[in-house]
Amino acid sequence: TAMAAPMTDAHRRFLQVLMSHGIMEGSEARKLHRRCCEIHKVYYAHDKLDDFVSTINSHLQPLFMQIRKGLSEGDGRAHYALVNLAETEITKMASDYTENELELFRKTMDLIISSEDGFASSTDILNLADQLKTKKMKKKEAEQVLKVFVEDKWLSERNGEYTLHTRCIIEMEQYILSNYQDMARKCYICHSLAIQSQVCDSCGIRMHLPCVRKCFRAQTDPRCPHCNDCWSCDIP
Amino acid sequence: MSQRKRSRGLGPSQGGDGDEDFNLSPTPSHSQVQRNLERRSQDQINQKVSELVQFLLVKDQKKIPIKRPDILKKVIGDYRDVYSEIVNRAGRTLQQVFGLQLVEIDTKHHIYILTSDLPRAEGENLHRDNQTAKLGLLIVILSFIFMKGNSAKDGAVWEFLRRLRVQPGERHEVFGDVKKLVTEEFVRQKYLEITPIPLTDPPEFKYQWGLRAAKETSKKDVLRFVAQIQKKDPTFWTSQYNEAEA
Repeated sequence: TAMAAPMTDAHRRFLQVLMSHGIMEGSEARKLHRRCCEIHKVYYAHDKLDDFVSTINSHLQPLFMQIRKGLSEGDGRAHYALVNLAETEITKMASDYTENELELFRKTMDLIISSEDGFASSTDILNLADQLKTKKMKKKEAEQVLKVFVEDKWLSERNGEYTLHTRCIIEMEQYILSNYQDMARKCYICHSLAIQSQVCDSCGIRMHLPCVRKCFRAQTDPRCPHCNDCWSCDIP
Repeated sequence: MSQRKRSRGLGPSQGGDGDEDFNLSPTPSHSQVQRNLERRSQDQINQKVSELVQFLLVKDQKKIPIKRPDILKKVIGDYRDVYSEIVNRAGRTLQQVFGLQLVEIDTKHHIYILTSDLPRAEGENLHRDNQTAKLGLLIVILSFIFMKGNSAKDGAVWEFLRRLRVQPGERHEVFGDVKKLVTEEFVRQKYLEITPIPLTDPPEFKYQWGLRAAKETSKKDVLRFVAQIQKKDPTFWTSQYNEAEA
């Protein structure tokens, strides 16, 4: 478009570094923004990161890519990730993994999304390995593949349980909401996809843990914002 | 059109060699490509260009060199008759938007990598955390090879690593299977080249810099690295210094 500001080497360097990290936390991104502007002697203003990113995005748009901002389900902090906008399938992953690895990922995602707390146990996932339709996988191989998914930031691991990494959620939120319609839940407070969440025992609404924290901040008697019954979960 | 400005040609080869996997019909001429382009809509071509850009970016993140038959099979498909146009546009896009250059490091087998157009900044961590350690090991090996006159025997390399407490037999806490990392992963990524030395028994191997190492770092940088470690001036090693400055 005629109005798009031109890309400078500062923008390109930012993009290269973000791309190699996959995802970056807000403060990291702000530091990187400053460094890139310093290195290439480009005008820098500390509160202009979003404008800087918009410029890059206007040039990424014809490529169906975008730098998107999302909140981590763990600490609620903003993160920036480079995502693929094409709605069809898990396209970025498709170039990176084999058929049966992708199938394992999809089945793991099924487990995670259909679970109560957004986690799938290592045991449950490994049991899927020899039921794969594309090509069966031995448990040892599946363990390695899971490790790669974690390294590549599609999954996060905690105490032998797996959930979707923030990067994965930022990238695949639309895909998940449209493909898992009934199973995928949204947070009552922020209306974004909620993978890890707390549930109200009475009315079933869900909230992200950081959203729960915000909602019940300094309340001695936390009550569900929807049905007003006592909130039974521990406030994180 | 002046697309031949860059180092190697990005379009189809002049002959059919190296394409056993994928039989190409005679290379379309430039004007034929232009005519073929008219059969497709702008949108269709743009779609293919962006698919190719994404494909190249994903492969390159893993430092896997990209082979032409893969590009043809996985991305180009039916658009083979306008292959050169798609590749050229993808190359331009990579430069304009990402500051990345599509380089053919092997013109016989048509293998590509992406390199950055941007000067490497001091202490810049371009790689994810778990890769940094691996690259550290790689730089150490590349330095050793350079200081030995650009080629080192496998026995010497592993003895050198042993002194750094990196052993091929043991599972290293950071690198895991070191032997596999060095002899398979680094070779596959084209950072190292390992060739057998003829007429040796038991068989010995020669370690040299791979094609990617040559593109992504420089002898100057490596010499500076060695100088820093040894707390000497780079000029201390006269012949390496002259070679690095050449």
